[in-house]
Amino acid sequence: MLDVRDRQLLERVQLGLPVCSRPYAEIGVAMDMPEVEVIERLIQLKQKGLIKRMGVIVKHQQLGYRANAMIVWNIPDHLIKQLGQRISQFAFVTLCYQRPHQAQWPYNLYCMIHGKDRATVLRQLEQLSLDCALCDFEREILFSLRCFKQRGAIYQHSASDLKSHE
Amino acid sequence: MNDIDRLIINQLQTGFPICDAPYQQLASQLGLTEEMLIERLQVLLDNGTLSRFGPLYHAELMGGALTLAAVNVPVERFDEITGIINAYPEVAHNYARNHRLNMWFVVATETPEQIEQTLAAIEQQTGLTVYNMPKIKEYFVGLKLDA
Repeated sequence: MLDVRDRQLLERVQLGLPVCSRPYAEIGVAMDMPEVEVIERLIQLKQKGLIKRMGVIVKHQQLGYRANAMIVWNIPDHLIKQLGQRISQFAFVTLCYQRPHQAQWPYNLYCMIHGKDRATVLRQLEQLSLDCALCDFEREILFSLRCFKQRGAIYQHSASDLKSHE
Repeated sequence: MNDIDRLIINQLQTGFPICDAPYQQLASQLGLTEEMLIERLQVLLDNGTLSRFGPLYHAELMGGALTLAAVNVPVERFDEITGIINAYPEVAHNYARNHRLNMWFVVATETPEQIEQTLAAIEQQTGLTVYNMPKIKEYFVGLKLDA
């Protein structure tokens, strides 16, 4: 279970890790918590899966990834698990989700390919389609034209009840 | 961007140590000095190459909720609708895409109920049908873009 100090710590670290020699000590000073306790709690929060990882979020446009395709397929339900698992193995696939079929939007498998240009992305998609035998399924390719907003989800402990992860 | 920056970005997308001197540990793995790593990382954060440096949370385990939604925006209302949707703090990402459903956005809230409320509010304010495409299952990929 998470206690109130865990919640405060989660809220504090999401502001960003200090860029200095002893970042966890600096967080500890701000929270009146010893450095060793900050480290111990963060390791536990990571083991529990609440923190997926520490690290950076890149702005893909800044790295020259200007072609961003969302590909959606209409896959029969009995094949979706197997195909989702196969598609997600390809290094150029950056996200892969199952979402519900809908009356006006029949697609249930979504994957993202981020590439430096559209030609590369389409080539990679072709390879994926051949290797996974996806050619017979209804599909659409949606390239992004503009990014209006990109931020991480913000966590505030005050209003939410954290679920424990046993 | 130089080779050292690329090395740092690629490494930090895979994780960051949780220990008393994490920059020193990472720097020695990368063959850099701690000072150099700290200096370059600060530059990459300041110039906007990196948008965030910190924890990536598991939204659902935190009690929160996420969904993907789409709308079909008439061309002449594009700027107006963009303004309305981006003004919601619950909207985390918003992209124009080349399809009849031409605006796609991610909504992140603290509770699942707030997803429904936010989408309903957007429908009411824009007069457009909002298609809700909630996640059923995520297939694991190691999201990493080579710098």
